[in-house]
Amino acid sequence: MIHQRGICAKRSIRLVSTLFACALLSVQGLHAQGGGDPTAGKKLFNANCASCHKLDRKLIGPPLRNIAQQRSLAWLHKWIRNNAALRDSGDRDALAIFEEYKGQIMTAFPQLSDQQIDDILAYTSQPAAQPKAVTAASAAPTSGTAASNTGISTKAFNLILLAIIALLLVIIILMTRVLKMVYEMKYEDRLRELERQKAAKKRLSFVEFFEKYTPGFVFFGLLLFGVAMYGAWVYLTAIDVNTGYEPIQPIAFSHRIHAGENKINCLYCHSSARHSKTAGIPSVNVCMNCHRYIAEGAETGTREIAKIYKAIGWDPEQQAYIPNYKTRPIKWVKVHNLPDFVYFNHAQHVVMGQIACQTCHGPVETMDTVYQYSKLTMGWCINCHRLTDVQMKDNPYYEKIHEQLAAKYGVKKVTEAMMGGLECGRCHY
Amino acid sequence: MDSAKKYWKGFGDLASDTAWEAIRNREFSTETPMGPFLKGDGKAYEARASRRDFLKFVGFSTAAATLAACEGPVVHSIPYVVKPDELTPGIADYYASTVYDGHDFSSVLVKTREGRPIKLQPNASSPHYAYPNTRVQASLLSLYDIDGLKQPLIAGRPASWAQVDERVNQGLEAAAAAGQKIALLTAPVISPSFSLLWGRFKQKYPSAEWVPYNPLSNSGAVEAYQAVYGQIALPGYDFTKADVIVSVGADFLGDWFGGDHSRDYALHRNPDQAMNRHFQLESNLSLTGANADYRIPVKPSEQAQAIAQIYRAIALGQQTRDQRTQAAIQALRTAGPAGLLVCGSNDKDAQLLVDAVNRKLKSRAYQPESPVYLKAVTDAPVKALISDMAAGRVGVLLSHRVNPVYSSPDSRAFVEALKNVKTFVSFDRKRDETASLAHVNAISRHPMESWGDAKPKIGFYTLQQPTIRPLFQSRQMEDSLIAWMGGALEGVDAALANDSMATYIPPVTENRPTFHDLLKQNWTENILQEGTSWVSALRAGYYERRDERHPISPADLDFSPALTRVESRYAPSGKMELQLYSKVGMGAGAQADNPWLQEFPDPLTRATWDNYLTISRKQAAELGLKNWPDSKGALNGDRVNLSAKGRTLKNVPVLITAGQAYGSVGLAFGYGREKAGKTAFIDGKPIGVNAFQLYVGRDPIQTDVQIEKVDGSHGFALVQLYRTMMGRGESIVKETTAQVYDRGKSDKSRYNPPEKLPTIDGKQPVSQVDMWAARDRSIGPWFNLSIDLNACTGCGACVIACHAENNVPVVGKDEVRRFRDMHWLRIDRYYATDMSYERAESEGRSEGRAFFRALERPAENPEVVFQPVMCQHCNHAPCETVCPVAATSHGRQGQNQMIYNRCVGTRYCANNCPYKVRRFNWFQYAENDAFDFHMNNDLGRMVLNPDVVVRSRGVMEKCSLCIQMTQASILKAKREKRPLRDVDLTTACATACATGALVFGDIDDEHSRVHQLHDEEKNKRKYYLLEELDTKPNVFYNLKVRNKIET
Repeated sequence: MIHQRGICAKRSIRLVSTLFACALLSVQGLHAQGGGDPTAGKKLFNANCASCHKLDRKLIGPPLRNIAQQRSLAWLHKWIRNNAALRDSGDRDALAIFEEYKGQIMTAFPQLSDQQIDDILAYTSQPAAQPKAVTAASAAPTSGTAASNTGISTKAFNLILLAIIALLLVIIILMTRVLKMVYEMKYEDRLRELERQKAAKKRLSFVEFFEKYTPGFVFFGLLLFGVAMYGAWVYLTAIDVNTGYEPIQPIAFSHRIHAGENKINCLYCHSSARHSKTAGIPSVNVCMNCHRYIAEGAETGTREIAKIYKAIGWDPEQQAYIPNYKTRPIKWVKVHNLPDFVYFNHAQHVVMGQIACQTCHGPVETMDTVYQYSKLTMGWCINCHRLTDVQMKDNPYYEKIHEQLAAKYGVKKVTEAMMGGLECGRCHY
Repeated sequence: MDSAKKYWKGFGDLASDTAWEAIRNREFSTETPMGPFLKGDGKAYEARASRRDFLKFVGFSTAAATLAACEGPVVHSIPYVVKPDELTPGIADYYASTVYDGHDFSSVLVKTREGRPIKLQPNASSPHYAYPNTRVQASLLSLYDIDGLKQPLIAGRPASWAQVDERVNQGLEAAAAAGQKIALLTAPVISPSFSLLWGRFKQKYPSAEWVPYNPLSNSGAVEAYQAVYGQIALPGYDFTKADVIVSVGADFLGDWFGGDHSRDYALHRNPDQAMNRHFQLESNLSLTGANADYRIPVKPSEQAQAIAQIYRAIALGQQTRDQRTQAAIQALRTAGPAGLLVCGSNDKDAQLLVDAVNRKLKSRAYQPESPVYLKAVTDAPVKALISDMAAGRVGVLLSHRVNPVYSSPDSRAFVEALKNVKTFVSFDRKRDETASLAHVNAISRHPMESWGDAKPKIGFYTLQQPTIRPLFQSRQMEDSLIAWMGGALEGVDAALANDSMATYIPPVTENRPTFHDLLKQNWTENILQEGTSWVSALRAGYYERRDERHPISPADLDFSPALTRVESRYAPSGKMELQLYSKVGMGAGAQADNPWLQEFPDPLTRATWDNYLTISRKQAAELGLKNWPDSKGALNGDRVNLSAKGRTLKNVPVLITAGQAYGSVGLAFGYGREKAGKTAFIDGKPIGVNAFQLYVGRDPIQTDVQIEKVDGSHGFALVQLYRTMMGRGESIVKETTAQVYDRGKSDKSRYNPPEKLPTIDGKQPVSQVDMWAARDRSIGPWFNLSIDLNACTGCGACVIACHAENNVPVVGKDEVRRFRDMHWLRIDRYYATDMSYERAESEGRSEGRAFFRALERPAENPEVVFQPVMCQHCNHAPCETVCPVAATSHGRQGQNQMIYNRCVGTRYCANNCPYKVRRFNWFQYAENDAFDFHMNNDLGRMVLNPDVVVRSRGVMEKCSLCIQMTQASILKAKREKRPLRDVDLTTACATACATGALVFGDIDDEHSRVHQLHDEEKNKRKYYLLEELDTKPNVFYNLKVRNKIET
């Protein structure tokens, strides 16, 4: 019977896979209508068309999803190659499009071969992706640590484990009780005898006990005291050390996508770090340099990017700033907080010290939500000042000082500490 | 004698009062509150509070401390939506602009951070009015004044600008229809573009009349100039061209004719080059008098007589007999064209005589051909206005930056006359005495928010541009006028571009012309000459037209009637006379609610938060008036009723001052405000008394006043009680005469002998005695600050600059009375005493206390020395060695660093500091309702410098030599890949100093100015404060040289 069942299962799997293959083929066949290759088309689309067209949304030009179903292939070929010539020929559709987009002139692409245009059209004819809600939800597990996903499964696992342990405990307790009863019944007389002996023996008082085991008491006392002091020290020095602080931000901005995947330089957005003491959170107009064209994220869709638009007053439908819009500044939560009595200057460290941002801020390019990586305590600062050499090369400012320092310490390389970087007044005023 | 040596804390210490005896024998001035723990007999074991109560207290405080420590606030960071191009968060931008509030004028550099002005600095490139005084610098606080109006009002209720326009237009049309006048009452306006605008306004409303009003009248001098030169103006002066200056009551280092003479005066007072000789005849001891070489105290009426004497001697060549003016007359005669006579009188005839004397001398410093328009206002128009108002001939009154209800001696007449005016519009942001009576408060803008221009003197123009977005629903006065003219200016294009250098100021999007457009058009078409663009003028903040000269043809006047009038009007009498004056820190009182200015110690009396009757010691003794210390050491004084011409000021406190001419008393304007911001009041009562009530006839001299002692006493808040140097002159203040100094050619030991200490090898110079290793100066810069006592006039601009730069808190009068003022930089004032051991011996007062009491007493007419004292940054600092937690330590650049977060507040350092420059935060001065000044509200805190921490309670603080500025300069040099230059290095006080008395820099840089000054071979005047203590300070002084001939 088992054997039969297995065969049935195997058969059904085969059936399903055959059906699936057929379906897949039919879909591919549908796409291959114009003879184009959608994979090559995607590349071409991104290289040539994406700056003005989106598949499902108006950008500078119209959305292009299923454009091949709306217009004839020949017309499309003509239009893409040289739309101006098509308009000049008096083509009514071409003129209508031109009118609709207020005379926005589309670049001509005479360099594209017929095959390439077909590839692009094949790409545009692919069905739209899953609805956004699904993408958003499915995005979560794939993001980096996959914390939420494993979180749920371990929880269930833990529950089961707990239940098993509890069950085992109950069994053990019951077993011991039974065993005890059996034991008591078996050795009743001997137990009575033992109890009598115990009562006859004089109990040691605490003082006597202490006197007997003084070295032990002292040893354990000291040990306990030491452990307590160490614990107190660890606890106290950790007050207001917020390593790992990872506040929820008003926009689910991901450094992993921007700095990690897209490799945008840190200083592109945090440009003040080059000039000023603050690294600065980029103003919304900096975001708009890119997000004017990128209205949809790979993972959160339009939900998060729309918040930028709301802040600055950009209408993605009209592709224009809303006139007289009352801007709504974004209230970010500051992650790295230094007390007021500390003066820290980013420019000093980033430009003069040539220190990578990651040295203090950790692997930001892998973080979805930024957290505090370093301790930001004074000991942490000072330690770095002790170990780090000052970047003096090609800077006339240091020429004289370097000579003086080299003479004083008899070294070639000079650490920040030698420069006076341990002085209180350098950072506290 | 050595065994009898004693030291005094203050003069009160010398008095044999029982109160003093009591406090001397007590460690703390008040008992520690132990009530809950002790019973009546003070026995702890019978305490009311039980052991359990004690545990409760301890437990609660521990829990509270733990909870407080656990707080983890969420800090938000809000970036710009659209960041202005030139603005980088964290970096200061500077814009050239002008501050003119109707009283004080200065070209300034506005330091802004993230779009808000945080400090006003000198626009040092400007040839005139480049250095803002205390009041101009402090006027920044009024921008962030929480007590100001935030939107326009109609009949005291909030209204929209449309409603305001409707209401005012109704009033204007009604007045025009009824043939009534439309009067604009303003502080003296010197804006050429406003004059143009006013011309346009007059076209629309021909009955409009512009009435300038100056609370401190210059009318006499203006009328005199008008009589001789036919123009409403004041004569120009160039103090660099005067070798002999004779000033009769003219406080030209203070408020006289709008000021701006300090720098020129000090430039020509260099003891190594040319040095002017300065005679001052005056009644009150003024800042100028304190700097004079010869000061002759005279009664106010005798000032006019002195002018007449000088006129007779110089212009008429007569022999005069008055001993007091002989030396001055002789000096003027000898100097000839290098002489200058100036006069503070508000009497036209006296000023006519001064003009005649200067012309007779052919004085090069006297320049009537380059007239000054600042403050050139006569009193006639405002008198006419009040009578017009009383007669119902004025339909609309517009007032701007004036407060006649407060500052006019006839305020009641003004208020009465105002009742006949149907529409009274005030442009002022404060609901002061006058503005609170207005029907419409069409609030104008602060100078930091407005466009404007000025022409303070011929050929010199300045521009004012906004450096902050308007904080409230305000509209600048000129734009309101344009709106009421119908919103159109013919021939003026509405500029759509924003012209401000600060691009964060939003562009004017209204499609109608604004005052800015008129201003720009006027400048490009009429003021700027070829080669200068509007943008470059805006960048510089000023523009000079050398082609403008006033052609003068003096009228041929007969001066003898003027002479007769002066001599008869001010005939000598034995009556008590009153000289009204304006204080360095308060002026005419428009900023009486400015906490920086209230807490600014008067340079001469060292009093804060007050005005008072100044009186000489002799006079006070005759009238039975006293000053005495209270149990905490603060000064109290008697009170009097002061009457003149039938008016009485009640309960005027009396402060006995040195240098006050016998037979005269002095009283400062600017106090006793009835309606102003909360800082002008203490416990609901106005601070001080209103001297304008005795300004009868707008004459600062009242020749017949009665003083009547009344019951009660008044508490003063003085920051310095000791007055002379108690015979310790050689190590605190050194001075000599030009004759001895001989331009540095004479032997140094004659005037600046090196300080010597007795050692086992005999007396050795301090520099060679040292039990400590010298500081290692081999690396990097070593900062020093040089202070020239000869150039310091004591004006106090550095004190306010220090406040603004370093977030120095204001503590209030009560705390100042407890000597808890927080000034990082103080300017000590010392009076010379004419007592010497020899004299005391001959008078039989040379023994013990009697001798010291005699020493403490300043001379009736003392010489005065101003000495700025801040942390001396000792290389062997006494404070550093006693700090138990190493919160104060020495840096490699020479500074003595104070680390607030490390300080636990033992105050050992302050005790051990011989210079007493450390300040302790007894309380939390920010965000504390008990100190309700600018640091207690969000708006006021916008003035704080973000680069300097606001210190919290329980920590010591002091001057840091502006380490935040030097560190920023060093970083700038590093970024620009160049060595540090002398010009990079400065401090707030050195930047603000008009006379160049303070020079900061690196002494190891051979090209620096401070290096030259530090070199004892080159600068023979250099000495250290209390050098015998061998603290080796990094602040050094250059001794004062008086241009006196020793007799």
